[in-house]
Amino acid sequence: MNTNNNGYTLIYATVMVVIVALMLAFVSSALKSTQTANVELDKKKQILESMKVDIADKDIAKLYDEIVVEAITINSKAEVLSTDKKAAFDIDVIKEMSKKLEDRKLPVYIAKIDGQTKYILTLKGTGLWGPIWGYVALNEDKNSIYGTYFSHASETPGLGSEIAGPEFQNRFLGKHILNAANEFVSIGVMKKGQTDTHREQIDALSGGTITSKAVEKMLFECMGQYKEFLKQTNGGTK
Amino acid sequence: MMSKLFSNKIKEVFLGPFGKNNPVTVQVLGICSALAVTSKLEPAIVMGLSVTIIVAFSNVIISLLRNTIHNRIRIIVQLVVVAALVTVVSEFLKAFAYDVSVQLSVYIGLIITNCILMGRLEAFAMGNKPWESFVDGLGNGLGYAWILVAVAFFRELFGSGTLLGFKVIPQAMYDAGYANNGLMILPPMALILVACIIWIQRARNKELQEK
Repeated sequence: MNTNNNGYTLIYATVMVVIVALMLAFVSSALKSTQTANVELDKKKQILESMKVDIADKDIAKLYDEIVVEAITINSKAEVLSTDKKAAFDIDVIKEMSKKLEDRKLPVYIAKIDGQTKYILTLKGTGLWGPIWGYVALNEDKNSIYGTYFSHASETPGLGSEIAGPEFQNRFLGKHILNAANEFVSIGVMKKGQTDTHREQIDALSGGTITSKAVEKMLFECMGQYKEFLKQTNGGTK
Repeated sequence: MMSKLFSNKIKEVFLGPFGKNNPVTVQVLGICSALAVTSKLEPAIVMGLSVTIIVAFSNVIISLLRNTIHNRIRIIVQLVVVAALVTVVSEFLKAFAYDVSVQLSVYIGLIITNCILMGRLEAFAMGNKPWESFVDGLGNGLGYAWILVAVAFFRELFGSGTLLGFKVIPQAMYDAGYANNGLMILPPMALILVACIIWIQRARNKELQEK
């Protein structure tokens, strides 16, 4: 066979590319459902971890269904748009954040732990090298923090990446995000020795200041969307 | 037939990359990923296996095609084969080892640019039969993998006090004042550990020493 003419080369390349494309399309569609299930399971795991639920060797999906009793969709004026649990879960928060504040759909997960209501809000932000994200669980008063979960894509190992560790996440426990006048102020993440004048604070990570500040910004911006919702009292003590 | 499948040449093709011809410590290829994924043992093992599978099978495919590929487009053909295999492996990891695929993030995709792959395809698979090429790919992949695993073993042990996520350094040691070495988790330490392996290997192997 003459492999030297251009026609041969062209046909060879075309056939090869078509075969490879078909193969990849087949693999991708065959594995799609398993992959989506993995992503959803991972999200449920993160939501549970924000409440420090012991998830070791447990059926995550089942545990999620038990603990997270409700998930609602609200807007920035705290009007409830939907009470469908699946719809709230499926909201693409990053996409919503590119819209105007009034148009955003905001998911709120409502969980029951030992008979007490917890509200879980979604956090998305930008760290030093890439995206950071997490969940914050608030107590029934919508003011004190019950637990936090943070993760990151590519923060510096051993420094900024420590936001994903329990030691940093536990620093937030019991802190308040509203001030005495019931206004939303979030929480400061400050270098040792610095004090935040108008709100409660925690220590930043040494060597991970930019990532720590990114967490502070993420908390302020993401929880800030829920400002009106957080102010509402629901019969509980404030 | 069996003797042909496991002849001395085959043995050398397979075992060479573990020692005298190691892709990482002797040819100094694939260093980038060796630095990036070795702070924990588990991603290092998965990365090593992924590379092994991809080198072995892309070697076989290129070797089967070698007489039909025109010289002008050989690099393109090699790249398409490698890229397709990498994508398949990455999709499988996302479906069946989600946590690890998150940890490995971009580095699975970057296997495409791993010099070991193109090196083996150009230097070996283009001129050898499929079986030899398969063994060569397996040897080189595992030669790369064992360095990654060795580096990751020390980095995770001294950097986090764990192995594969299990605590191995007893709490009593920490109570007595022992602390994890943060430098171990940072990329420079991977370079220093690889250098130590190269040092030991050269000290024991006269052939590798430059005059």
